[in-house]
Amino acid sequence: MLRFIVRRLLQMVGVLFVLSLLLFIWLRMLPGGTVSAILGDRATPESRERLTKALGLDEPLYVQYWRYLKRALTGNFGASTGVVPGRDAFQIFIDRFPATIELSFFAILIAILLGIPLGYLAARRRASLFDNASVIVSLIGVAVPVFFLAFLLKYFFAVKLGWLPVSGRQSNIDATRVTNFFVLDGLMTREWDAAWDAFKHLILPAITLSTIPFAVIFRITRASVLEVLDEDFVRTAESKGLTNRIIRGRHVLRNALLPVITTVGLQVGGLLAGAILTESVFSFPGIGEALASAFSHRDYAVLQVLIMASAATFVIVNLIVDVLYAVVDPRVRTR
Amino acid sequence: MTTRAYAADTRSGQALLSVRDLSVVFQRHGEQPFAAVDGVSFEVRPGQTVGLVGESGSGKSVTSLAIMGLLPARGNRVTGVADFDGTDLLKLSSGDMRDRRGKDLGMIFQDPLSSLNPVVPIGVQVTEVLERHKGMSRKAAMPKAREMLDKVGIPDPDRRLKDYPHQLSGGMRQRALIAMALACEPRVLIADEPTTALDVTIQAQILQLLGDLVRDSGTALIMITHDLGVVAGLCDEVNVMYGGRIVERGLRHDLFAAPRHPYTHGLLGSIPRLDGQRGEPLIPIPGSVADNLPWDHACAFAPRCFQPIDVCRSQTPGFVEDGASALRCHNPVGSPHGHTAQPDHAEVNDQ
Amino acid sequence: MTDNPKGWKPGARRKAKIDALAQAAGQVQDAGTVADTPGVSLIASAWRRLRRDRVFLIGLTITVLFLLVALFAPLLAPHDPTARLLLDKVRPQSNPIPGPEPGFPLGADNVGRDLLSRLIVGSRQTLLVCVFATLFSLIGGLILGTLAGAFGGWIDSVVMRFVDIMLSIPSLLLAFSVAAMAARPSQWTVILAISIAYLPIFARLLRGSMLAQRHSDHVLAARALGVKQAPIIFRHMLPNSLGPVIVQATLVLATAVIDAAALSFLGLGNPDDRQPEWGQMLGAAQKYIYDYPHLAFYPAACIILVAFGFTLMGESLREALDPKSRR
Repeated sequence: MLRFIVRRLLQMVGVLFVLSLLLFIWLRMLPGGTVSAILGDRATPESRERLTKALGLDEPLYVQYWRYLKRALTGNFGASTGVVPGRDAFQIFIDRFPATIELSFFAILIAILLGIPLGYLAARRRASLFDNASVIVSLIGVAVPVFFLAFLLKYFFAVKLGWLPVSGRQSNIDATRVTNFFVLDGLMTREWDAAWDAFKHLILPAITLSTIPFAVIFRITRASVLEVLDEDFVRTAESKGLTNRIIRGRHVLRNALLPVITTVGLQVGGLLAGAILTESVFSFPGIGEALASAFSHRDYAVLQVLIMASAATFVIVNLIVDVLYAVVDPRVRTR
Repeated sequence: MTTRAYAADTRSGQALLSVRDLSVVFQRHGEQPFAAVDGVSFEVRPGQTVGLVGESGSGKSVTSLAIMGLLPARGNRVTGVADFDGTDLLKLSSGDMRDRRGKDLGMIFQDPLSSLNPVVPIGVQVTEVLERHKGMSRKAAMPKAREMLDKVGIPDPDRRLKDYPHQLSGGMRQRALIAMALACEPRVLIADEPTTALDVTIQAQILQLLGDLVRDSGTALIMITHDLGVVAGLCDEVNVMYGGRIVERGLRHDLFAAPRHPYTHGLLGSIPRLDGQRGEPLIPIPGSVADNLPWDHACAFAPRCFQPIDVCRSQTPGFVEDGASALRCHNPVGSPHGHTAQPDHAEVNDQ
Repeated sequence: MTDNPKGWKPGARRKAKIDALAQAAGQVQDAGTVADTPGVSLIASAWRRLRRDRVFLIGLTITVLFLLVALFAPLLAPHDPTARLLLDKVRPQSNPIPGPEPGFPLGADNVGRDLLSRLIVGSRQTLLVCVFATLFSLIGGLILGTLAGAFGGWIDSVVMRFVDIMLSIPSLLLAFSVAAMAARPSQWTVILAISIAYLPIFARLLRGSMLAQRHSDHVLAARALGVKQAPIIFRHMLPNSLGPVIVQATLVLATAVIDAAALSFLGLGNPDDRQPEWGQMLGAAQKYIYDYPHLAFYPAACIILVAFGFTLMGESLREALDPKSRR
């Protein structure tokens, strides 16, 4: 098991290394190159030349890449040009990462807590009205553009009804920061109102972000339960006269949830992309909003950090999922 | 092929499970109802082994699932009686039936790998039956489970209790399944093709084991198979099924010595025999179950029969019982008609 | 096919098992017809089942309607979608947007162009985007996947490492990143961005089923008979790998429509609104969403409907082509 984890971690380093090379090439291929990207199209030739020298762009490519890599390894990706002009790009990532983790956590929690039970129920009552309706809803859920759903929710629950805050992570209240996970901070410092306020800000974005993972988890659970219900060992369990509780828990669910674990891992990657749209609609100050802003400002320093970080997160989450899978499935564990 | 000394005794005495006029009709939405089992009756006494033999599609597995109450809740209709020691199993509520399964009635299935839960240790899969029906705690049930594994001939049972199904060999898995089915000492055991998925050498071991267990404990065994070799070695009484009905019944020796139904005759003719003449051809039964006529106005087997007479296509043959044997045929092998009517395969091919 | 999510459509699985018990006859006859031409009979048997599949028929109806509207858009649109017919009713100060009135059932957009006509004509660009994005990613994936799966060895390692790296970036983020490279965004940069984002998925899918087939009996048989490499790949392996690819392509058609909208929302889409496209209309409508939600609602509804139709088709295709549910 340990060897497996080490091998996967080494693979991850390889992936990130190649990704850094790709991002480096990507930067060279940008319209007008890095200089125009930083200075914009209206810069004077003199200032362009100065910046070219300053950035070392007149040196051979491999020297440039080496320097780029050395800087990247120390977390130095340069200063932001558009999101928060002048601020260190890596610092922007540090500032904003907890917000996105908090949001993603609640989103995936909603998706799991709704998707697995509903998927199970739909499978048990296959072809019933409930089953057909929930399948149709899950399919429509995938077809709705995430940012449009965000607008809809914001329009009804925040603007029209005023039940929930329109944007941001927390109202302008005095709250102590410990971990920068605002809900957690509030709970840890016993500032209940701060925790509650942060939680209220999370509800709409988390619901928005949870729709696609919910739909996917729901459908995988449903299909998986249907398949397991058909397995011979469920019939064996029935032939032993076991109670429904044991048959459902030990024999059906324990097997049916195996593919769901992998799916949850894969959905985390999708969450990062979804966060770009969701966070920018709700002005939620996470890395998603920073990415959206970086895209529209063409802020390449920030883009580099955040794309690298997204890839790293995705790879790590999937490593965790694979380890978890091995823990749960004896066929993998005891090979 | 050892003859059991007391086999004669088991023929008399009270029936433990008596199936009478069992029918199972499948009705799919918008399709014609289909009778998979059509008026099947048979009995099994303690310590007796009864075989249900037939090709796939003959209704033998559906019969066993119906007795166990394991048919899906919807899409079928079960009628008839399955009298178990005075209780009609078919009339029991699903909860009461659940109490009986595993305790009074055990069942083992064809494919031991897919019939075992891959993510639960063997030990738990044995103890859960004891926990359910004997009210034992898992801890208390473990020694009993170990004893069961030992009894079914699994070496090193302590280690195997913790193993998962994929860590066992095919024969071992089937032994584990038998241990689970027998853990609560059920009085009836139904074995649905228990050896089909196994190697030939393992098959013999498993059959031997089943035979020993039945003899030692006095369990009634219903053996479902398409393999007459299994029947020859194990069963006291054989019921041959075709098209959802029993077409011939007889004691093992009688049936093998002088099969009377052309279908039984055909089944015996299509397996190789060690004592047969050298160069004696194996004769397959022509056609498939798809050629069946409906039982309503004919004999379902008529299109595949080697000696059909006119009445076979116009009249349902009755089930004529005569002591331990019974037959459903207009023109049995060895009857006066049998010699006059020629095997007419040309007619079959025209169908 | 194993790494695909399983089909969702209520299929009478357990019943099927009993049918198999009860009507074993049918299988015997089927077995003979399947053997010689696997590709053809796969499609034939899939079609036999799709014809009776209500979900598929709904998806097909939506898709055909969409195609018809796109095809005959110039005839169907009541007005010129670029003409600012109601411009005089748009007042810059208070910026009211003209609502429905005779001849203009949905009203106009922020510069007075007929909304209905823009939606109808917009179907063409939407169709263009999703079809070409899917086509390009399919072709790219086909090339990479065939290279990796058919040859194996170091080619496989190199190609798949590359694909894995692309897969480690969420596809939508990948699409955004590619689109951000464009100096002047246009419909074609949108198409390119989306197609690159889904290319690795196709590559992986094809490579997987190709690899499985390299060791399958019919390929070994062809090889044993002395058939050359190229015919084996193109006549034997590729046709047999197409099932899951077709399913994936149908699903990518749906996501392409949605992703195009997301690109526009982030300002990475086609800025030229003389060629209306639903995603772009939806992206543009966000500025007015609180005062004039209908501007966003209509294009969003069109996108949802079309994406829903493609998804229905894809999911029922998946179910129909799944060898496990074949009978």
